[in-house]
Order: sequence, then structure tokens, then C-alpha cells
Amino acid sequence: MSEITRSKAAREKAEKAREKAAPLGDDIDLDAYSQVAEEHPYQDDPSRLPLETKQRMLETGVVLDDASQRSGTFLQVDHSVVHSKAGQDGLEVMSTVTALEEYPWLKDYWWRAVAVDADKFTAQAELHQTHGYFIRALPGVKAIQPIQACLYLSQHGLAQNVHNLIIAEEGSELHIITGCATAPIEQEGLHIGISEFYVKKGAKLTFTMIHNWAPKMAVRPRSGIIVEEGGVFLSNYICLKPVRTLQMYPTAQCVGENALVRFNSVLVAPPGTIMDVGSRVILAARGSRTEVVARAITTGGTIIARGHLVGQVAPVKGHLECRGLILSEKGSIHAIPELEGLVEGVDLSHEAAVGKIAEEEIEYLMARGLSRDQAIAAIVRGFLSVDIEGLPPQLEAELQRAVELSEKELL
Amino acid sequence: MLEVEDLTVEVEGKEIVHDISFNVDIGETLVLFGPNGSGKTTLLMAIMGLPRYRVTRGRIVFKGQDITQLPVDERAKMGIGILFQRPPVVRGVKMREIVRACLGGREDGAVIEQLAQKANMVEILDREVNYGFSGGEVKRSELLQLMAQSPEFVLLDEPDSGVDLVNISLVGEMINELLQKDRLRSRTNSGLLITHTGHILDYVDADRACVLLYGGIWCRGNPREILVSIKSHGYEGCAVCQK
Ligand SMILES: Nc1ncnc2c1ncn2[C@@H]1O[C@H](COP(=O)(O)OP(=O)(O)OP(=O)(O)O)[C@@H](O)[C@H]1O
Ligand SMILES: [Mg+2]
Repeated sequence: MSEITRSKAAREKAEKAREKAAPLGDDIDLDAYSQVAEEHPYQDDPSRLPLETKQRMLETGVVLDDASQRSGTFLQVDHSVVHSKAGQDGLEVMSTVTALEEYPWLKDYWWRAVAVDADKFTAQAELHQTHGYFIRALPGVKAIQPIQACLYLSQHGLAQNVHNLIIAEEGSELHIITGCATAPIEQEGLHIGISEFYVKKGAKLTFTMIHNWAPKMAVRPRSGIIVEEGGVFLSNYICLKPVRTLQMYPTAQCVGENALVRFNSVLVAPPGTIMDVGSRVILAARGSRTEVVARAITTGGTIIARGHLVGQVAPVKGHLECRGLILSEKGSIHAIPELEGLVEGVDLSHEAAVGKIAEEEIEYLMARGLSRDQAIAAIVRGFLSVDIEGLPPQLEAELQRAVELSEKELL
Repeated sequence: MLEVEDLTVEVEGKEIVHDISFNVDIGETLVLFGPNGSGKTTLLMAIMGLPRYRVTRGRIVFKGQDITQLPVDERAKMGIGILFQRPPVVRGVKMREIVRACLGGREDGAVIEQLAQKANMVEILDREVNYGFSGGEVKRSELLQLMAQSPEFVLLDEPDSGVDLVNISLVGEMINELLQKDRLRSRTNSGLLITHTGHILDYVDADRACVLLYGGIWCRGNPREILVSIKSHGYEGCAVCQK
């Protein structure tokens, strides 16, 4: 990357934060991971990727055999961009490295929604950035199909440090599906993903992220979202596969009047998995609203489900919901909802329930002729099926498919 | 069809139903009256086989087979169905799915729609089971599930309570269908029906009735006569009457 576009100040801050442990999540020794990756060739036709890779990507909602289903595609394997293409006028898809060179003004967006010195992970992403995607919809442009992005880790022991930037310009509409996955091997690795989202006035951004990691992976996404007047940000996060340690706490700021933010997450933690996942929304403008819903299932792993709503002005409205199911003796779910009202007239609420499946519900279904296992399966399936208002049908189908795939393993 | 012999039922270690015996013949509808807390629901739940209702003495025979030890799902598969007085909310599970399951898992969208139409439940098919349902919707949802399941023996725990005048005739129609009331000779389905008000009896013909008091059966006879007597003398009248 040309050093001119890089802010010197950011670099200095990053240098200082090099050793700064994150406030949440296990500390990770960055030196245990390699920064050097083998190059992977660019593919004009992503359907030519190895079958196995395509299959793994497909499991995260990334479709490579039918370009007509997507308005754009970005694929990164390790440190190489292997495909990048926008399929509709007014949409841009490229590496953020390329984008920073092409658009000098982008430096105003760089590290604005996420602090460069938040912790050692943000610092590492600044000091050793390895691409990431830039996706932008020009003013008033509505993406017909979703844009997909996949960040794929194939090299053992590698640290992937991506920095993504997403801009939905005024009045635009974007649907993004991102899948993050590892090669189906006993993969060890570290994924650091910085994502900064800018939802401009009246724009709508639906962001669906499916994570398919591996039992030895460490994952540290760092996301910040800034939503302007009348903007809508809908996030769906699905992580149903084992991962050694995952910690993230995306933070959305409603800075414009009547902005709307929704976070839905569905988490399944098998044995050996630690997930510390939260969503934070700062309601900083009048009339802004948010809804944060988390569903968590443990089959033996640990889930910490956080939520934090801050009402800085009035009137604003926010609701936090967490439901957790413990399906194994060993697993645990810790729901930590926080509500912070800083002025009179904020309307913030939360509801949380953690436990096993109610015996009464199982018996009710059994009285209709379902076996015990069938009854449990129906309840778990219902629990996982995310029913999200306003989601385009195609994305909904995508989500449903991801959930169904994991159900088979779960039950 | 159903024989209950010297049945004693415990809930949470407390004996609620004591040494009850009765039977229901093929094609017959038996009404069960009794004041609040007399053990009517307990008796029905025990017949259905819900594990919290423990049979400590006696036995239940269905179609000639002793089912006292059979788990609830196997009883359902044998042809017993129940309309719950207070069914639980099952979050996440849609009405459509539970109806499909009641149909034995057959993926027949058309049949589901058709049944839902009969129950006036079409708009509710995509809602979560019993979540936020009104009193009448709960009853119709229960009956919709039963119609999909189509049991030979139906336990109906207060199908008429909390149901308005328009809905009650619909509820009556559905019960009549479940009990094959349109057939005169070849009727094979039977039922046990609990009602406080007897309103449902204006829509559904019942053959016999009995009164449950203090966990035991006190009176047997014609449903209308017993209802009239309860209405005029209360259950205290039953307690002193030794009919
Ligand atoms: N789970 C339970 N734990 C303790 N007591 C119970 C339980 N279930 C029922 N009982 C008691 O058993 C008795 C009979 O209850 P049941 O529900 O069978 O009465 P009912 O005749 O159906 O009354 P209603 O007309 O009000 O529906 C009541 O005193 C009730 O409190
Ligand atoms: Mg009762």
C-alpha cells in the first residue's frame, strides 16, 4: 500500500497499542502466528476454485457457481485476493488496499468507526494489514442481489489481518453476505477482522455474516457501525461451528435522527468452544431505535452473550433480548445485558432467559405423537430459526440453509 | 374402548384422584363434571400418560391393551389425543410445523391449509405455538392439532371455556367431526369431555355423564339431567345425593 494514504498518526497509535490486551476475551499471543502467507492466484472465474473450497464457502452462504445470484463477489484466501468483482452499476467491490489508493478521501473513513488503538488486534490490523473488502453503493443505488464476500483461511498457523470498509451512500440499499471459513483441516490460525460500516442518510444496509471456523481457530472481529439520519442497519450473525476462542462486541452508533439498528445473532457452542459475543448500540440521536436479539445454544461450550444499549438523548427506544438453551451437562451460557439511560425519556428494556428446554413443552409435543427426540429437535430447530422482519427472502433462505446444515450435526 | 380400573393418581407426591373406575364404549361420549380442583384435569393427564401425573394404583386399558406404563407418545400413536386446558407456549415452533407433525410428518401443505381453514386458523399458521393466542385461539389451535392427529379417543379438557358465542359453534363443529357425530351406526371414535358450563353440550351430543368430586366419582347418569341438577343444587347437591 502506498504509505501516503496511510495516516502517520494511526500508525503511531497502533505502535503504542501493540501489546494492549483486549478488555474481553482470552489474551492471544500474536507472535505464535505467522504473518507470511503463500500467494494464491487470482481467479477470473470463481467457479474454477477447488471443489472443496467452494463447498466450504457455500456453507457460509457464498455461491460461486451462479454469478446471477449475486451483485458482486469478493474472495480472499489467506493474504491473497483471489476474486473481486462488482456485478451492477453503482456498486463497488474491491480490496480495501486498492480502494485506499484509488480514493484518497477514504482516509476519512479509515479507523473512524473503530479505534485503531482499541487493542492489540486493531493495532496488528493497522501494522500488518492483509487486504479486506471495500464495498460501496453509490447514492440512491439499490443492489438487486446480495453482494458476497468470503475471507478464507487455508494456511496452517497464519494470522489473517483484514480491514473491511462498507459504505452505503445516501438513499442506497445494500445486502451483504459474508462468510468466514477455514479449510476443512485441523486448522490453527488467527483471524482479525476490522469492519467499519457507514450507513448514510436514508440508506439501508443488511449485513449477514456466517462464521464457519475450526476447533483450533482464534477469532477477533472488531466492528463499528455509524448510522446517519433515517439509515437502517440490520445485522445477522450466525456462528454454529466450533471455534477455540471468539470474542467480538460490534458497536453501532445511531448519530442521525430516526436511525434504526437491529442485531440478530445465533450462536451454537460445541464442547471446546468459547464464544464471547455481544452487540452494543449507542442511541445518540432523537428517534433512533434498536433491537438486539441473541439466541444461544450450548452443547458443551461456553457462551457469554452480551448486550449494551446506551440512550444518550430522548426520545430513543431500545430492546435487548437473549435466550439461551443449555443442551448438555457441561455447557454454560452467561447472559450479560446492560442498559444505560443517560437522560430522562429514554425507553430501554431487556429480557433474558437461560435454561434447558422446558419438560412441559417436550411432553406437549409428545402428546401429539412426536417421540422425545423429535420433540426436542422441533424445539431446537424453532429456537434456531431466525425469523427476521424485513430480510430479503433470498437472505432468509440463506440463513435457513446454514441453520439446517448445523442442525443435522447438532441433533 | 377405554377402561379405567381403580385408578389412583398422584401429582408431586400428593394423591389427587382416588380409586376411580369407569369405561367409555366405542363411539360413546362421556361428560365429566366437577368443581374446580376436583381432579378432572389430573385424570385426563393420567389417561394421556403425562409423566407428572403418576398412577400409583389401578390401570388404564385402551383397545384391550394395558397402557398404564406406556409413554405419552406411544399412547398418542395408539390413537389417544388431548385438548389441553392450558397448553404451554412453545417458542420458535410454528403452528404449521406442529400441525404437520400431528399429521405424522407428511409434508402436505394443502391438507394443512384445509384443516386450518376449518379451524379459522389460517392466519395463525405462521405464528409460534400458543404464543400470544387469545382464549378462543388456544382452543381452536388445540382442535386444529387434534383434527390433524385424528385420534380415535379424544380427551377434551374444557373446550368451551373462554370461547365466545361465535367461536363455540365452530368449536362444537370441530368436536363433532373428531367424534364422528355425523355417523349413526359406524361411529368408532369416542371421547371424554370436561365442561363447567355445559355450553358445549348445546352443540355436541353426549351419551353419559359423571361427576368428579374430591377425586372420586359421585354420580353417573344423563348429561342434561346432571347439568340441570348441578345448576340448581350446586355440587353440594351432588355431595349429598347418592344416586
Ligand atoms: N403440579 C401440581 N402440583 C401440586 N398440586 C397440583 C398440581 N397439579 C394439580 N394439582 C392439584 O390437584 C388438584 C386437582 O387439580 P386439577 O387440575 O386436576 O383440577 P380440575 O378438576 O381440573 O380443576 P379445574 O376445574 O379448575 O380445571 C388441585 O388441588 C391442584 O392444585
Ligand atoms: Mg382442569
